[in-house]
Amino acid sequence: MSAHPDYEVVIGLEVHVQLRTRSKLFSTAGVSYGDEPNQHTTPVCLALPGALPVLNAHAVELAIRAGAATNCTIHPTSIFARKNYFYPDLPKGYQISQFEHPLCTDGWLEIETDGLKSDGSKTGGTKRIQLTRIHMEEDAGKSLHDGRADQSRIDLNRAGVPLVEIVSEPDLRSAEEAGFYLRKLHAILRTVGVSDADMEKGQFRCDANVSLRKHGATELGTRREIKNVNSFRFVEAAIEAEIVYQADLLDSGGEVRQATVGYDAENDRLFLMRLKENADDYRYFPDPDLIPLVISQERIDAIRAALPELPDVRRHRFEEAHGLAAADAAKLVGAGSLADFFEAAVAAGAEPKAAAKWLTRDVVAWLNEQERESGDSALETQGFALAPAGFASLLGLVDAGRLTAKSARDLLPDLLAQGGDPESLMQERGLEAVSDSGALEAMADDVLAAQPKAIESFREGDQKAVNFLMGQVMKQSQGKADPAQVRKILIAKLEAL
Amino acid sequence: MTESFGSVGDLRSALDAGQTSSRGLIEHALERAGAVGERLSVFVDLQNDQALAAADAADARRAAGETHSPLDGIPLVIKDNIVQQGERASCASRILEGYVSPFDSTVVAKLRAAGAVVIGRANMDEFAMGSSTENSAYGPTLNPWDLERSPGGSSGGSAAAVAADIVPLALGSDTGGSIRQPAAFCGVVGMKPTYGRVSRYGLVAFASSLDQIGPIGRSAADCAVLLDAISGHDPQDSTSLPEPALTTASTLTGDISGLTIGLPREYFEAEGADPAVLETVRTAASALEAGGAKLVEVDLPHARYAVAAYYLIATAEASSNLARFDGVRYGRRAEGVANLKELYERTRSEGFGDEVKRRILLGTYVLSAGYYEAYYRKAQKIRTLLRRDFDAAFAGCDVLLTPTTPETAFRLGEKTEDPLTMYLSDIYTVSANLAGLPGVSLPCGLAEGLPVGLQVLGRPMEDATVLRVADAYQRLADHHLARPGDLA
Repeated sequence: MSAHPDYEVVIGLEVHVQLRTRSKLFSTAGVSYGDEPNQHTTPVCLALPGALPVLNAHAVELAIRAGAATNCTIHPTSIFARKNYFYPDLPKGYQISQFEHPLCTDGWLEIETDGLKSDGSKTGGTKRIQLTRIHMEEDAGKSLHDGRADQSRIDLNRAGVPLVEIVSEPDLRSAEEAGFYLRKLHAILRTVGVSDADMEKGQFRCDANVSLRKHGATELGTRREIKNVNSFRFVEAAIEAEIVYQADLLDSGGEVRQATVGYDAENDRLFLMRLKENADDYRYFPDPDLIPLVISQERIDAIRAALPELPDVRRHRFEEAHGLAAADAAKLVGAGSLADFFEAAVAAGAEPKAAAKWLTRDVVAWLNEQERESGDSALETQGFALAPAGFASLLGLVDAGRLTAKSARDLLPDLLAQGGDPESLMQERGLEAVSDSGALEAMADDVLAAQPKAIESFREGDQKAVNFLMGQVMKQSQGKADPAQVRKILIAKLEAL
Repeated sequence: MTESFGSVGDLRSALDAGQTSSRGLIEHALERAGAVGERLSVFVDLQNDQALAAADAADARRAAGETHSPLDGIPLVIKDNIVQQGERASCASRILEGYVSPFDSTVVAKLRAAGAVVIGRANMDEFAMGSSTENSAYGPTLNPWDLERSPGGSSGGSAAAVAADIVPLALGSDTGGSIRQPAAFCGVVGMKPTYGRVSRYGLVAFASSLDQIGPIGRSAADCAVLLDAISGHDPQDSTSLPEPALTTASTLTGDISGLTIGLPREYFEAEGADPAVLETVRTAASALEAGGAKLVEVDLPHARYAVAAYYLIATAEASSNLARFDGVRYGRRAEGVANLKELYERTRSEGFGDEVKRRILLGTYVLSAGYYEAYYRKAQKIRTLLRRDFDAAFAGCDVLLTPTTPETAFRLGEKTEDPLTMYLSDIYTVSANLAGLPGVSLPCGLAEGLPVGLQVLGRPMEDATVLRVADAYQRLADHHLARPGDLA
């Protein structure tokens, strides 16, 4: 896609991920989204005089889990530091983060660059992306500029919500790789329960550092940082736009100036937020209100041991144990809780390949439809009224020839939305396939008697006439006939005429 | 009324015997607060109604035989940087104008549970930054021994309240000597506990790694009662020690036989120390020796770097701790500002006093890129060396005995134009904060009519030991019974 083959693209990503805790990182206030402003605040969130932070132990557990799931070194001692700057939605005048001594460093994850391209082509193999660090920090509040023009309002519900910041090395070489990386990271974090990572709620936000350099150059070019993009597609599009911007600038003899930019998704356009001529000085220093975070090796080991199966391992298992195509396996594993539903359906007797096809094609299509209608995101199977066993029995009816694929596809949305027994519903709607060859032959005879013109065409060698006749029989059967069987009967009759 | 309060033990006996009531004590304290306290500018505010109601409740409990603690019904004052639910807390700063705390500090919650009665909030240097109580938006507190002189600081109001017999007990906070130095200047006992002994939750932070709340009283025994009541682990303060509340009051036996007392050579050779102060402290050491203790000389080779390290670390932390006073959520907000930058600049310019601004600027500088290594990091290294000095010294002795201050109370205005000289008056006290040690200052006599403070420093966690030594001294000598002249 990139039209600038002269340059090597260098991308590093910083992802802020909201940890799945009930309370904030340093206060007992609840974590909640979309409530009235300032409902979830305590003296700590408001930075009242005399309030002190107390670390949320569950957040630490989740941050360690994030590190363990991404092959990080988890440090037995890490230190919280204050990042000092003034802003109205930062109540203390500093953010508690980790700086010199983060919790996790030196991790990696693998992205598949094969079989995943949207056009179906393969780009070959896997690539390991190094993670520089994962550190814990608190979120800021929100400034609301929706009131009077001369004032802003502050909502501190989000102030102090626990985050991990996951920083990659500049190992990514294209917008597409950045997309693969983000999807993989998203799937891993959701799988291990670190985060719901709901991008629309800002639980998984990405900053992308992009620079270009001539092929073979060893020094990095000047980078620009695209701030706070919250969808995979937008990150890819923003990076593409940035690459074009920088390449055009360099081609015309210009120089990239270090800057922070935003991405306007609606117009697919980047806009300058501020130039970063000088490094910011946040005056980091260890937070004297908190003691060093010390974690025993036993606890780290226990958290590692308790990790659920990671997406890569599961994907390989699906390929090997169930004979799934790589693309289907990847789609199942990458999409919410579909993989769990798949396994439950297989356990209930569904044929794995068929189950994978139906899930990745028809069920995903239905979920996307729901998402468009409700605005609720994430491919979740929790909302299904249909149990995995019901899904298995639906596939069983298709496999036994009692239900055509078309009829099954017609039944599926109602089953997913309302549940019920597929067999009863099939009968209730009179959709059971007509497999009785006597009945089908009678229908074929009727159609042939009524369509002498088509028979004429057939005799003249027009194969399309068969399709036309088939369509007539299918119509008579109200779609309940197996098309292959109808075709066989028709051809036999036509040839015998 | 000039009659003085007896010891906390005497007050309790009098209450138990029905010779007085809590209401009587509180009325007496409030009356004296209104007269003497007013004259000395001891208080930022009195809490008459709440105090009287609390006194009546204490009397009712006593009548019902449900007295909560040795402090039930006893009046005290707290420094104005310790918050109480529903009460103002100003830290003697304009920037907290009108601020009312919606929550109790842990110490206040403990005192409420114990039945102690807070009668008012004591004056202080703004945000506890100072050694004279002159840096207060409410004007300086006067020393009860000489109204021309400073009571010390920053807990000057708390120390003066006890010295002027307004209350038998007070709470102060000590970041670099802010309890012990005013206690020394006012001729009372003041203690800084081991770092983490007393919860900092609800203490408005000046320098978090150094701040400790502690008791001020007439005697070591009274301070022990108050310390026991406010100490103990608090899950709301991450730097709180994982230890239960202390029970020091019952361990003050007066026995110091076999105890080894170290006299730090460097402290007695310090430049600028008043020879009369050093002599008075040596005499006190001899008294303890006569009482059964052994005296040895010890070395604290890095002592001379302590004040420099202290002012780097304390200002660095303060610059960050005070960032929250921005006019956005509470307290003073500059009016008629054009934009956000102006809101910050004008609110903070108008709200903070000169000393606070000076320290915020210093601390911001110390933490800035390019200076962090040279100042903040180096100061932390000195802090480590000081801790090792103390470890080495305590290998050969049980407590250290030093002057609390290099001189007795200085005149008001004497040092206000020269911050560096003011900072150097902390040379004997800051090390205990940097090393987290317990330290107590107690009166050991007069020099030219002004109280001299004797400081006892102990090993970390040995709060009981320093109080035991201080109490033993007060059984051997009665300097703590000396009173300033009539203030009425």
